Amino acid sequence: MPILEIQGITKRYGGLTAVNNVSFSVEKGEIVAVIGPNGAGKSTLFKLISSFVAPTSGKVLYDGQTITGLPPHEVARRGVVRTFQETAIFKEMTALQNVIVAHQLLCRASSLGIYFGSPKARADEASFGDRATEILDYLGLGAVKRLQARNLPHGHLRALGIAIAMAAEPKLLLLDEPFAGMNLEETDTAVQMVRGIRDRGVTVVLVEHDMSAVMRISDKIVVLNFGLKIAEGAPAEIQRSDAVIEAYLGRADDELGH
Amino acid sequence: MVQVTDNGGRPTANEAGALALRQIIGFTAFVLLLFVGVPLTLGRSPYFITVLTNAAVLSFISLGVWVTFSIGRMNLAQGAFALVGGYVTAILATRYGISFWICMPLSGLVSAGLGALIGWPVLRLKGVYFAMTTLSLTEAIRLLALNGGDVTKGATGIVNVPPPGAISILGLTVVPQFSSANPMPYYFLASAMLALGLIAVWRLSTSRLGWVFRSLRQNEDLATSIGINIAKYRVMAFSVCCFMAGIGGAFFVAFQQNIYPSTYTVADSVNFLLYCFLGGLDYLFGPVVGAFLLVISFELLHAVQDYQALIYGALMIFCMLWLPNGILSLGLRPLAERQSSKT
Repeated sequence: MPILEIQGITKRYGGLTAVNNVSFSVEKGEIVAVIGPNGAGKSTLFKLISSFVAPTSGKVLYDGQTITGLPPHEVARRGVVRTFQETAIFKEMTALQNVIVAHQLLCRASSLGIYFGSPKARADEASFGDRATEILDYLGLGAVKRLQARNLPHGHLRALGIAIAMAAEPKLLLLDEPFAGMNLEETDTAVQMVRGIRDRGVTVVLVEHDMSAVMRISDKIVVLNFGLKIAEGAPAEIQRSDAVIEAYLGRADDELGH
Repeated sequence: MVQVTDNGGRPTANEAGALALRQIIGFTAFVLLLFVGVPLTLGRSPYFITVLTNAAVLSFISLGVWVTFSIGRMNLAQGAFALVGGYVTAILATRYGISFWICMPLSGLVSAGLGALIGWPVLRLKGVYFAMTTLSLTEAIRLLALNGGDVTKGATGIVNVPPPGAISILGLTVVPQFSSANPMPYYFLASAMLALGLIAVWRLSTSRLGWVFRSLRQNEDLATSIGINIAKYRVMAFSVCCFMAGIGGAFFVAFQQNIYPSTYTVADSVNFLLYCFLGGLDYLFGPVVGAFLLVISFELLHAVQDYQALIYGALMIFCMLWLPNGILSLGLRPLAERQSSKT
């Protein structure tokens, strides 16, 4: 059974159809990339999967259960955690505090227990501190964990965004343009990082512009154009697909200026 | 130069100890000042004791607004919830003869419950929309009190509310009978409320709950994406805030022995906010500093009292433009930063 199944999902904003009857599925342990030119509906699709936006029609199944219509924190509780395109972090906290707060789903203590510092709450906090340190070290942020997050350089912020998501222990991680704005070297590091996350047993779905990075890490690629799915397959198939080449480069004779 | 320490993610025992010690010393000094210093020096001046009593309870109510600030909402409904708390105590005490000591917690609970009910939908709003909605709530509750018929007695208000009675345990009088002739018991009650309120809110804001609240202020989308039930925590923070308003409102009913629809107006809601702004939003003592400073200076400057609204307005603008982190930011680092970073 696929871990994620998207069934005929459509989202209309007024007269604009951002995502049009898109279906695909993701198997456990895969890295699946959703690509497409600007305005193809990638980000909307992303918000639909993470339940930040409700679809006009269609549904999303996770582990065989419909998650469409659930509030986003419920979807996260079940194991589907997203990152954000812009570097979304808690700016006024240290990197370490960012990741400690992000352990919310692992909290066993009740609110009252937390307030009065019950043994369970103290055990939680201690383990969150250790786990957060482990995640930050793993993502190469160990040296800067005590800095205020707003003072971190851009590359570190992206990694911190992923660290925050990892703290929620996702089974399915949705990465929104994880390589945007990175140079070749940074992209290489990030690609390794994404592979590492998958090797820890997390299924990864990512939305991305950077074709070369996507070709390198994806097991499967889904291509969107004007809200429609125009191709789906292994990277090698996608590279040969006429429809994809046309969507990305325009028609051959357009390029010649005829 | 930034010094980075590595010790498994927690502040070293020394650092944490030094921090806690400084906080405890500061707080103890404040409590000693309230309970020993002031009674010894100003104890014979009922006038000053009354002013300080007002300042202490106004601080207490503003502390609630400070909690709502920590989730990133500017609450202009605090006057409304103080009014609700006040009426609950006034009605229960005059009509059913219930002791003030039972009325006061009930006032807090009723305000908190009403806050949760209203907060659930209204807290979806942010920024100026939330501020405007809560502002109109203050006005709506005032009008409700004005048109409350026999329950609130309309514009006549509820007068002759009995003062708090004595509490005896095993024949020993722990709390004396309060009377309008002597403000001292009220002063001690107000000081106790403020001290307990500070401890309660300090605990809240340094626990995980406080971090979750601040995560909402900093990025609600991110918070919900990692599984934080943002609606629940917003309502939680707002209810705490309203609870404090209700308790404070109950106190003033007992203190003044009356309540009218105009006891708390939009201006009072704005003032609670101003105390927080003036003292500093990042500091637990912010609302306390702001309230004491403004309440005391306006009592001392009788001549300018006609211009209070004008001066408050100008102060608010000044703070937002040139002192966005309040008076305390001139000498202290914010609470959250002092807790988390050891630079």
